[in-house]
Amino acid sequence: MEPLSWSEIALRMLGLFLPVWIALIVTFAVSIAFKRRLGLYGKLFDSPIGMIGFAMVMFWVFTGIFGGAFDMIVTHDVLSQSASMKNKGPGTPFTQLMGTPDPGAYPYYLLGGDNLGRDVFSRMVAGAWEVIKIAPFASMFSFMVGITLGLPAGYYGGRLDTLLSFMANLILAFPVILLFYLLVTPEIVQTGIPVYMAAVLFLFPIVFLLLLWNSRYHTQPSRRNVYVGITLVIGLWLYLGIAWNADPLGLVSFPPNLLVVFVAVVFVNSPTVFRIVRGLTMDIKTRDYVAAAQTRGERPWYIMLWEILPNARGPLLVDFCLRIGYTTILLGTLGFFGLGLSPESPDWGSTINDGRKLLTMYLHPALPPAFALLSLVLGLNLLADGLREESLRD
Amino acid sequence: MAMFILRRVGIMILTALCLTFIVFFLTNLYPNLEKLAKTQGDFRMSDEEVASYLGRNGYLQPMPVKYGQWLGVVPGFVIDDRDGVTRGQCIPPDTDPKDAPRFCGILQGDWGYSTVFREDVGKILSDKLVLTGRLMFWVMVLMVPSALILGILAGMREGSRTDRTLSTFAITTTATPEYVSGVLFIAVFASTAVGLKWFKGTATAAMDAPDFENFFLPVLTIALYGMGYIARMTRASMAEVMTAQYIRTARLKGVSFSNIVMKHALRNALIAPFTVIMLQFPWLLNGVVIVETLFNYKGFGWTLVQAAGNNDIELLLGVSVISVIVVLVTQLISDIGYVFLNPRISVR
Amino acid sequence: MAKLDYDGPILEIENLSISFFTRLREIPAVMDFSVTVQPGEAVGLVGESGCGKSTVALGVMQDLGVNGRIVGGSVRFKGRDLGQMSAAELRDIRGNEIAMIYQEPMASLNPAMRIGKQLIEVPMIHEGISESEAWARALEVVRDVKLPDPERIMRSYPHQLSGGQQQRIVIAMALMSKPSLLILDEPTTALDVTVEAAVVELVKDLGKKYGTSMLFISHNLGLVLETCDRICVMYSGEAVETGSIKDVFDKMQHPYTQALFRSIPLPGADKNTRPLKAIPGNFPLPHERPEGCNFGPRCDYFQAGLCDVGDIPMAGVKGDDRHFTRCLRFAEIDWNAPIEAMTQHASAAPGNVVLKMENLKKYYEVAANALFGGSSGKKVVKANETLSFEARESETLAIVGESGCGKSTFAKVLMGLETATEGQILLDNRSIEQVPIETRDTQTVADVQMVFQNPFDTLNPSMTVGRQIIRALEVFGIGDSDQARRDEMLRLLDLVKLPREFAERMPRQLSGGQKQRVGIARAFAGGARIVVADEPVSALDVSVQAAVTDLLMEIQRKQKTTLLFISHDLSIVRYLSDRVMVMYLGHVVELGTTDQVFSPPYHPYTEALLSAVPIADTRITKKHIVLEGDVPSAMNPPPGCPFQTRCRWKAQVPGNLCDREVPPVRELVPGHQVKCHLSQEMFDQMEPVITVAAE
Repeated sequence: MEPLSWSEIALRMLGLFLPVWIALIVTFAVSIAFKRRLGLYGKLFDSPIGMIGFAMVMFWVFTGIFGGAFDMIVTHDVLSQSASMKNKGPGTPFTQLMGTPDPGAYPYYLLGGDNLGRDVFSRMVAGAWEVIKIAPFASMFSFMVGITLGLPAGYYGGRLDTLLSFMANLILAFPVILLFYLLVTPEIVQTGIPVYMAAVLFLFPIVFLLLLWNSRYHTQPSRRNVYVGITLVIGLWLYLGIAWNADPLGLVSFPPNLLVVFVAVVFVNSPTVFRIVRGLTMDIKTRDYVAAAQTRGERPWYIMLWEILPNARGPLLVDFCLRIGYTTILLGTLGFFGLGLSPESPDWGSTINDGRKLLTMYLHPALPPAFALLSLVLGLNLLADGLREESLRD
Repeated sequence: MAMFILRRVGIMILTALCLTFIVFFLTNLYPNLEKLAKTQGDFRMSDEEVASYLGRNGYLQPMPVKYGQWLGVVPGFVIDDRDGVTRGQCIPPDTDPKDAPRFCGILQGDWGYSTVFREDVGKILSDKLVLTGRLMFWVMVLMVPSALILGILAGMREGSRTDRTLSTFAITTTATPEYVSGVLFIAVFASTAVGLKWFKGTATAAMDAPDFENFFLPVLTIALYGMGYIARMTRASMAEVMTAQYIRTARLKGVSFSNIVMKHALRNALIAPFTVIMLQFPWLLNGVVIVETLFNYKGFGWTLVQAAGNNDIELLLGVSVISVIVVLVTQLISDIGYVFLNPRISVR
Repeated sequence: MAKLDYDGPILEIENLSISFFTRLREIPAVMDFSVTVQPGEAVGLVGESGCGKSTVALGVMQDLGVNGRIVGGSVRFKGRDLGQMSAAELRDIRGNEIAMIYQEPMASLNPAMRIGKQLIEVPMIHEGISESEAWARALEVVRDVKLPDPERIMRSYPHQLSGGQQQRIVIAMALMSKPSLLILDEPTTALDVTVEAAVVELVKDLGKKYGTSMLFISHNLGLVLETCDRICVMYSGEAVETGSIKDVFDKMQHPYTQALFRSIPLPGADKNTRPLKAIPGNFPLPHERPEGCNFGPRCDYFQAGLCDVGDIPMAGVKGDDRHFTRCLRFAEIDWNAPIEAMTQHASAAPGNVVLKMENLKKYYEVAANALFGGSSGKKVVKANETLSFEARESETLAIVGESGCGKSTFAKVLMGLETATEGQILLDNRSIEQVPIETRDTQTVADVQMVFQNPFDTLNPSMTVGRQIIRALEVFGIGDSDQARRDEMLRLLDLVKLPREFAERMPRQLSGGQKQRVGIARAFAGGARIVVADEPVSALDVSVQAAVTDLLMEIQRKQKTTLLFISHDLSIVRYLSDRVMVMYLGHVVELGTTDQVFSPPYHPYTEALLSAVPIADTRITKKHIVLEGDVPSAMNPPPGCPFQTRCRWKAQVPGNLCDREVPPVRELVPGHQVKCHLSQEMFDQMEPVITVAAE
């Protein structure tokens, strides 16, 4: 078989991404149709920049979900190697060993093969899933930690603020890579320190929710008890499973090496979120509605969580998008240095690192993941920009 | 002012102590030491042999004591071994224990010995810092002026075509981490596949003889990532200043647009980015590590990777101390500079 | 550049229309606006916020930003059309021939540039004179605006000056090139009353000295009366009436002007016998203006079929000098008809004492330098000094004072947000001054509530109006089910006269006055018995102020509330309060019934305050008392009597007593106390500040 021409490669790739296109079109059609009723999210569709960003982000989200979770877009197994496909260029027909075509398999390596003869295209698609399943959740946890600590630091000020800010600055003064090298090496994992850190960090969401319900419903104890109870049961169940890998039901577990990466990323991001939340809190707490809440005897956590936090949501949402982007970059950095994730992993950082070694000779293994990472982070940045513009317009 | 600097320096020293202790703690955990013992001695050592090796070399003392020794505020350990040899932290081989100094830590200028490079840590660090300093210098020379000019041009007329173009460029560079842009640059400018071959794909030669061909790509790669961020900050700050009432006052005084930008807006607009530039250092350090690895430039960042990857505890500690101090000093400069730039903060 | 010689009108605005363009639509901000300013004349431009008066000013300056555009008419300055000029020609005019002064002095000075540099820039650009020459000129002008130590001021940065000084610098900057036209956009709104009076005085004098014409933009009719020769009243983007001050104030020919005058508290108005008449309805949004007369829907003289069709032109009033009105029916309306009788109320008798302050003191310790604190020790700020007074049921006690007088601190201590340093607060004979709000029982918290100043800040922007009131009910433990609380919330909305649909609205969908009503409903949710109203109407437009004040009075009558009304506006205080307490730098300088405080003998500060408040009534003559300097900082109060630095009676007290000792509290007549060293004879000699000419 002849290698495919560039236009044929492009056409075939467009075809393979068909589920993603459909999902994107449906998302946009529905969103634009109801944009006046969707609040800030709807307003995003008034801003061209925001729409472009959103499209780029959703493209990779859908790619990750369909390709990674449902195995739809990938053409070859991401781990299987083929001796005859080593460093072959894009569009090369697939053969298992020297010259033997495999009739059951997809007939081409669309973006060529890497130095071990794995399909670059499939690895790029699978890499999206690696990012999508970690980055948003890691950012969310960073926000939970940052919010739960930043609110009281900004609201009370004084010693508490001094102490927490000092700790945040401590972490921020660390070069990130050094921190990763210190946290994500197998020897440290052996000591169990990451698990203890996870145990502490993962407590924050539960604490956050408990504070949220209690402050809101403490005037109606029966309702409060229901919410608190549900949160405690579900929260602690997930907590035991995720942080300690000790789910009594045996349903929830978390791969240990992923946990380490997750914890490292949350740990690095939290201080920045803390600083943002603290600054916003110090600004908003001078408003009259906060004073009004104080004069009717509201407790501090109610004021922080229900009077201050909702009004800080605009800047926080913008930062959330940026933070997912930054987390993606951090995950890439980890992969690039071969930290945490398994060496075979198809994540973009690792693939870029693999590809760069022969870069002056073969471009195709390193460039697709590089462009993928670039476009996802760029999309998130544009999305954040669009959100910022639209939330200021109000 | 003196009090202010003194306080900041005090906090800085406290931070440095905390950070170095954390690094010391993490690097001196038992699994690390065990690995060290095995690489130094023999990979098939039994657990007892490991323990005795560590004990002989003073690794099994309590953590605070070890930290104090390393820092040089606690006398170095001296152990009379069963084999009759007196070993000590401060006693070099072939030296009479009586002649050795009591303290030998960072404060005495004794940074320890690298197990990977078989050399004094202090020597390695000073060599590598020179190399990285050169890299950083050119990064700053390229990054800061271009970022500021970019930001000011964009923020000067918010919403204009220039602004849109420059902002898109700035966003793109912030979305491109060094390991992506570096790979792209090598692919485009240095690979045989594209064939431009304007620059060299490695900077190894630049360690001895840096020139434009072998040094520009690494510099550009680091500068670009930081540049976008500073440019966006400058743009935001400039755009905000340009809508300020006093700019309208100046305009309605009849001041021309170029004078408004130069005389009225610039100083106010640069206050915010200044701190950002200084706080970029922890980030730049990141970039340095990536780029030095990518371009095989054996500087400070490359040393960090080598030390961390090979469990070279004393070298890693040295690297950490240096990077922490660099970060903290830039923070201090940023604080002081902010006060000087901003007349609203009065210092008594 | 040489100034143009021209002896016609300085500024002629003809049929000017200005629109702003957004993504969705064109928003007309000013429509068919005409005004002429003759040499040496001062024209006042009056209207509520959003009526387009500032846009006119920017239109004159040709500085409307990216979105604004002049869509019709012309602006001619000394006969030349400003709209036809090139950018360079405009630059020559700006700052040189036309200068502008804004509302926020701090914001209009460059924070990173020394004052002197900002001043000398003007003549250096326009006249090309040397730096030393410009410096000499600047010194002279700074002296003209009566700033002490001009050399030092020229070398300072803006943040080192007080608000009043900054505004004087802005005025100096405007006068540097001796412009022919000065545009003042609410130049004194951000300043304290006594400082405002001094700045207004200065502007008037300098206008005369330099022969400058002025366009004076303000929402305050009283201020315009004091400064201007002619007035132009604007409503919703249009001029509705123009004419000389005398004509418009005394023989108004437009229903809006009339309604405006009836809604502001002038001397003689009284909450019980002669209540204010609020203008019904709301100011229309720019894109929701009605057909025909913009004021139609709110007008008492509205005639369907006439007032709601077509454009309404300005019509001249016969017999008056350049007096125009935009009303079709002005000739038919009987302008002298008495105000239709408003419901009068019997004045409620004050009941028992519910709140009693005894020698309350509140001191703060602050780091001397907030940013680099800790180094130079702590400083004690005496925010409240020995406050003693009583408040009775159904009584309105007004607390009057300028910034830094300690009225907000007092409110905080009363609410329990701070605890007192010394003294007692007795609520129903229980002392609460040391009980912070967290430990107060629900009933106490519900009893003492507060209405806040800024309507745009008083409601949580991300919670519906109903939800916010229900939350207050939950906290106060009212209602035992969600349904009960919801019903109670609707009842409260009825109480503050808001439609029930508002329960589902977000605060941003409400106007300022409506938000303030929600704030009042929230304060009364727990059946509050003592309500502290911290300048509840000062941020509202004049026409809305009356309605909100009335509402407060009405609820007070129904619920026998004790109202502590904090304000700096003596007009409104005179209108609604039973007793008045005047504060200065933490001290109560005068306390008495409204009549006692508003007639001699006065405390010297009260006297100055009364003189400073502009009153929009041509029949009033005021004694002219201008205070020197600014209110001293509470961080650094003067020794002895707090008012001694600005007191005009100080020379009448023998032996430097004022410099050395804080005066004792003296009871002049029962219930009227004054903190002053002046002798009884001196008090007896005082003349009334405000006199109403016989009608």
